[in-house]
Amino acid sequence: MSASTATASEHVSFLEYKGKYKGILGWILSTDHKRVGLLYLYTMLVFFSLAATLGLLMKLQLIAPGYTIMGPQTYNAMFTVHGIIMIFVIVVPGLPAVFGNFFLPLMIGAKDVAFPKLNLASWWIYIIGILVVLSSQFVGGWPDTGWTFYAPYSFRTPANVLPALFGAFILGFSSILTGINFVVTIHRMRAPGMTWFKMPLFPWTLYATAWIQVLATPVIGITLLLTVMERVWGIGIFDPNLGGDPILYQHLFWIYSHPAVYIMILPGLGVISEIIPVFSRKRIYGYKAIVLSSLAIAFVGYFVWGHHMFTSGMSGRALFAFSFLTFLVAIPSAIKVFNWVATMYKGSLNLQTPFYWAVSFIFVFMVGGFSGLTLGSLAANVHIHDTHFVVAHFHFIVFGGTGFSFMAALHYWFSKMFGRMYDRGWANTGWVVFFAGFLTLYLPMFGLGMQGMPRRYYDYLPEFHAGNIISSLGAILMIAGAAIVIVNLVRSARHGEKTSEKNPWGGKTLEWETDTPPTFENWEDIPSVEERPYEYK
Amino acid sequence: MSEEKHHISSYTSHFLVLGALLLLTAVSVAVTSLEMGKYDTLVAMLIAGTKAAIVLTWFMHLRFDNKIYAIFTVAVIVLFLLVLYITFFDYSYR
Ligand code: HEM
Ligand SMILES: [Cu+2]
Repeated sequence: MSASTATASEHVSFLEYKGKYKGILGWILSTDHKRVGLLYLYTMLVFFSLAATLGLLMKLQLIAPGYTIMGPQTYNAMFTVHGIIMIFVIVVPGLPAVFGNFFLPLMIGAKDVAFPKLNLASWWIYIIGILVVLSSQFVGGWPDTGWTFYAPYSFRTPANVLPALFGAFILGFSSILTGINFVVTIHRMRAPGMTWFKMPLFPWTLYATAWIQVLATPVIGITLLLTVMERVWGIGIFDPNLGGDPILYQHLFWIYSHPAVYIMILPGLGVISEIIPVFSRKRIYGYKAIVLSSLAIAFVGYFVWGHHMFTSGMSGRALFAFSFLTFLVAIPSAIKVFNWVATMYKGSLNLQTPFYWAVSFIFVFMVGGFSGLTLGSLAANVHIHDTHFVVAHFHFIVFGGTGFSFMAALHYWFSKMFGRMYDRGWANTGWVVFFAGFLTLYLPMFGLGMQGMPRRYYDYLPEFHAGNIISSLGAILMIAGAAIVIVNLVRSARHGEKTSEKNPWGGKTLEWETDTPPTFENWEDIPSVEERPYEYK
Repeated sequence: MSEEKHHISSYTSHFLVLGALLLLTAVSVAVTSLEMGKYDTLVAMLIAGTKAAIVLTWFMHLRFDNKIYAIFTVAVIVLFLLVLYITFFDYSYR
């Protein structure tokens, strides 16, 4: 639209904007990308709290050997539901669903995503998926297979796995629809002048992620359905008794689930690439290297799934190939770390909460990445596969990587989203406590794993006691930190100091040129772009 | 953006596609009577692949659209074949 149609009403923020529906309906039926993003945020907050509570209960069980607060069946149910929620409900939709929805159109100068209705539909499908997963609570009890649903256990266990399988299947559709939406949005709706290499890095990583969502998710959908059929009708695809191959299940599962770990982490890498230059007051070092390494990660990430199956009985040559490819995929990740560090070098650092989350991200991401390489080497893997070492690895990289970058993003964009500012003192305190708790919780697990403590058991031998005490105390500390952070943010979203400052951090990307909070369609005039992003003089 | 040409396919082309699909379906039924051992699956996949290619090229207009769509489609198929190849790499050396 042209500026002449602009009226005063267009300056109403999207939070106050009145569309067709009022009250809560104005949210759950809104196709405004910003409201959809916030719907995802609130949903995730609820289910993250639930799954984190399960995690804390497991750590309390492990504070001493033997029965502490729960028995084996309860423990198995807990790590299963914890894993399913954390993976399929929190970190897979994660940053794209919340910050991608909210900020992608803002950052590329569009009024919305390409298919706003489809966008709302993906949230609804997401909610239906969650409800189906959780329905097992009321019909037939909790599953006990772990989030991986490995064959043949997933169709032999007497526990109730069908709702979880169906629920995860449905959640996949939500992910695919978001992916399609973002691919089209990025291809078709960039502001005039924003060529591909003038696009900011967060949209770039969303683009790489979206392709993985579209191309890999169908594989898990089919696999979960086949597992349902195997369980209900015994079709004989995975069941060795019927001539099926359980290792085929692992192949199919990881053909999705390894690329899925890049769905989880790539947008996080994008957020960090936004924050580091802004808080260093410097142009990002090696913009193209970051773009190309994101695409390379997305591509090579398709071919390394076998590193989850080193002990499964795959052929020796396949083992060798997968180990080699796994080492390759670490290279583009490392390139990014060099880029960030080089960006900070001699910058004038602005030490604020988003920056703290971002630098601590780099640290935990590197610990996670290096432990991944340890796991990726064949000989070492035989010893530490299915031990607490693996648990430490993926918590460092999923919780440390995706979780920290999520928090960084939230603290970075908070005032833009809510038109209010959080209490910086509490935000920093929360970060310190959380970070300290995180390290205390997960670092000992590396040692425990190398000593041979297996994962997914409710009990352990006495020699693992010391490490577990430290780790469980760390869990309590970390949850305290998380509580400080979340309470501060929730409180501030409602009662924090009001602000309409457009660009509090001095960012150079387009989202900082819109009103705070943005209006219904973001722009009166679509901006046009001349400079590359991050041009600090 | 909306300036792109739209190709309108004729009924003849639709019927040719339909005919080809029916014919190939008949072929894939017919070949089940041949005993080809482990090549059974390969042949079935090749026939199915040909059908998909016909649908994509003519019925779904990839031939007439902007080249970028054809490039993306081929890239995705190559990716899929690589994944398939790696999976069967395991099976063939077990
Ligand atoms: C340098 C890059 C990485 C390498 C070399 C790597 C390597 C590995 C290996 C070899 C395993 C299998 C361990 C075993 O079960 O024996 C593994 C497990 C895992 N990794 Fe990574 N990884 C990397 C990055 C990531 C990233 C970025 C994520 C997620 C954001 C991730 C998430 C996971 C998860 C969730 C598991 C455990 C899955 C399970 O069995 O429940 N990894 N990783
Ligand atoms: Cu992996």
